[in-house]
Amino acid sequence: MSTRARVLVRPKEGILDPQGVAVERALPALGFEGVSNVHVGRLIELDIDDPSQLPAMCEKLLANPLIEDFEIVSEP
Amino acid sequence: MKFGVVRFPGSCDEGDAVLACERVPGASAQILWHGDADLQGAEAVVVPGGFSYGDYLRVGAIARFSPVMESVIRFSREGGLVLGICNGFQVLCEAGLLPGALLPNVGLRFVCRQVNVEVVRSSHPFTADMADGEVLSIPVKHTTGRYYAPPQQLGFMQAHGQIVMKYAHDGNPNGSSNDIAGVCNEAGNVFGLMPHPEHAVDPLTGSIDGLKIFTSMAHAHG
Repeated sequence: MSTRARVLVRPKEGILDPQGVAVERALPALGFEGVSNVHVGRLIELDIDDPSQLPAMCEKLLANPLIEDFEIVSEP
Repeated sequence: MKFGVVRFPGSCDEGDAVLACERVPGASAQILWHGDADLQGAEAVVVPGGFSYGDYLRVGAIARFSPVMESVIRFSREGGLVLGICNGFQVLCEAGLLPGALLPNVGLRFVCRQVNVEVVRSSHPFTADMADGEVLSIPVKHTTGRYYAPPQQLGFMQAHGQIVMKYAHDGNPNGSSNDIAGVCNEAGNVFGLMPHPEHAVDPLTGSIDGLKIFTSMAHAHG
């Protein structure tokens, strides 16, 4: 019985994220005001038999802990 | 001196890397297939530029787990010389052979131009044929070349002479920390840089400065 899981990967706090900056600058040009602190990351979705393996999977491959934070979201 | 040049699916500079190695007097070079763990007697390994495994997930992230890389990691632990160029540098960082990581350029653009690279430490196997402060003219071509290491680690690297090359004359093309262009491991036998020395070995393309890295390796090997 496998579980559907999601892993959210974000640029680490404090590391310049030029993609986030570019999106933040583009929004006002389209009339969307009042947006700040934009960051662009990755979403990884997977079916997994043993969700307890997810943290190790993230540390080893799905994220680079030196430059990225990850968050594991498992669905019931 | 027998060079081995790794070829991943998506590599594109391994041909030039082989040609550069072969310009070193008395040296030969041979391609090492990513799926084969046999280094075929190579006395030094070059991990070349390109887009290994499509750069999927993160640059260098998947290539790091290929059979050839397991052998390259073992080879480096035994003191073997390993040179990573551009994508090869990214792969070596992901493999943990070099400190830090490469992030998208500050300008988010692909940068392709000749840059001036200053030799910070010439007392390394990869810079032995150069002088401290010497400036090399070598091209860069990358989108993900912004070297990053946490401040504490940068301090450690500085103290241990691991910052080998910097972009000179305010010419940092990607926003890398401390203008870093190339770093080595603590032992000094693994070196990675974003500029492409293998594209600067023939006067036809404007500079032969890149060749010095390959000749340095051969001299260090003896």
